[in-house]
Amino acid sequence: MLMNDINIHMIEEKTKNIENFTVVKNEGDLDHKIVTKKVNVFYDNFQALKNISMQIQPFSVTALIGPSGCGKSTYLRIFNRMNDYIEGYRLEGDVIIDGEDINSEKIILEKLRKDVGMVFQKPNPFPKSIFDNVAYGLKIQGVKDKSFLHERVVSSLKQVVLWDEVKDDLKKNALALSGGQQQRLCIARTLAVEPNIILMDEPTSALDPISTGKIEELIFELKNEYTIIIVTHNMQQAGRVSDRTAFFYLGELIEEGATKDIFINPQNERTENYITGRFG
Amino acid sequence: MNRVKINRLKDKLFLTAGVFSTFIGLVLLTIFIGNILIEGLPRLSWKFLINLPSRLPEKAGIYTALMGSIWVLFLTAIIAFPIGIAAGVYLEEYAKKGWLSKVFEVNISNLAGVPSIIYGLLGLEIFARVMHMGSSVLAGSLTLALLILPIIIVATRESIKAVPQSLRDASYALGASKWQTIYNQVVPASFGGILTGVILALSRAIGEAAPLIVVGALAYVPFAPSTPMDEFSVLPIQIFNWISRPQHGFITNAAAAIVILLVLTFAMNGIAIYMRNRWQKKVAW
Repeated sequence: MLMNDINIHMIEEKTKNIENFTVVKNEGDLDHKIVTKKVNVFYDNFQALKNISMQIQPFSVTALIGPSGCGKSTYLRIFNRMNDYIEGYRLEGDVIIDGEDINSEKIILEKLRKDVGMVFQKPNPFPKSIFDNVAYGLKIQGVKDKSFLHERVVSSLKQVVLWDEVKDDLKKNALALSGGQQQRLCIARTLAVEPNIILMDEPTSALDPISTGKIEELIFELKNEYTIIIVTHNMQQAGRVSDRTAFFYLGELIEEGATKDIFINPQNERTENYITGRFG
Repeated sequence: MNRVKINRLKDKLFLTAGVFSTFIGLVLLTIFIGNILIEGLPRLSWKFLINLPSRLPEKAGIYTALMGSIWVLFLTAIIAFPIGIAAGVYLEEYAKKGWLSKVFEVNISNLAGVPSIIYGLLGLEIFARVMHMGSSVLAGSLTLALLILPIIIVATRESIKAVPQSLRDASYALGASKWQTIYNQVVPASFGGILTGVILALSRAIGEAAPLIVVGALAYVPFAPSTPMDEFSVLPIQIFNWISRPQHGFITNAAAAIVILLVLTFAMNGIAIYMRNRWQKKVAW
């Protein structure tokens, strides 16, 4: 009996591996979470992005790397249309999330931003209490149920491993937290509205190494439930946390692929020069 | 002399000039306030505050003028506060940045510098005559509201400008609409500055006599106003009137009324500073 059990277990494991293997092999056939087709972005006459076509898979971490001013942040902010506020901004091409063109008239911007959360470079908590920070996204949706709000605040804070540090004073002003705690709070605030994509714009560039480590661990956890796109200047970070990496240079997508391939065996000379630190 | 010594000398020269200039202002102010206090303090009493005007200086009080000032201040505040903030928020957050908004901006700043008597003429024509309000508290308050609107609008815009973009980004990124972002984040974050601007503007309004005289505020009213449509006087007009009388007793009365006016103004400035500090502490980035 016991032997049988083990055998069955082993067979199950094997099939799983085979399944995994097929998944990797047929990568291209997977439904893509995000597709951009021939995206051009202009700021007045300056072209910030040139003909970017790229697919992003669900439940993965995609790192966008490249020197400053190469358009990676602009590309990131396309997905929740945060560029709309910039004077002279213009976009051509298609940005498709879950099969819908997010720039079409039918899209409700507030709904899009609820689904596509964003974490910024500098921690930017609201000058309010910890509780109000996390509850804000729900409150503006009109959620008034106190116990529901509390439940969601607690679960979000637990998700970002901040709960144990702040559970005793949720009323405390968020600005009194340390930089790393503030950034985790900002992630919790984003998670509270239940997005399925999270955009991160250099989320650790203002943090010390320990806080950075915590955020990276968190990203690793979060990718089981969310699709994550992260802009980073830190090559090691891209290597550590991402599944796929895209290298941008002067508004062009130079190379995109599995992180391992990009780092070990880059196809393009400019990619190689950048990741080995010869420029950028 | 070498360069270092010359620079040291320049330093010292400027320091001396600066201290001297500061002292001119302080000394003059001290002499002025001291003079007023010496003249006016002995005359101050509860009776002085609650007595009606009289042709006898010892019996005359500032009750009607004080009540008039409070009425005018109150009405001016509730008229100018919402309009000024709304205009400031609109210009800063909604208006398209272009030549038109530049024209607005320059002109609002210019309006803040228009002599107050011009506002008085405007108020007389529009509120008192065309709108048939007469020389009422309401007409006076509307005139003063116009006078301080530019100040409030400029203060509102400046405070809103100081709100970091990252705060708006955070709100938008969570799915907030523009109005939700302004109402929940931008205005609360800039409210200390806005409030300071409003109170400083009101403390200017409380000291104005010229526009109210033009609108038709009286130097002598037998009773304090009880509705916005009543005739009224205000403290600066009462002071102006007393000073122009020949009897010395009225000069003393004027000094005492000035003390009251100064106390009111200083108190309002104090409140403004307190509020600014309080809100700044609450919203420190």
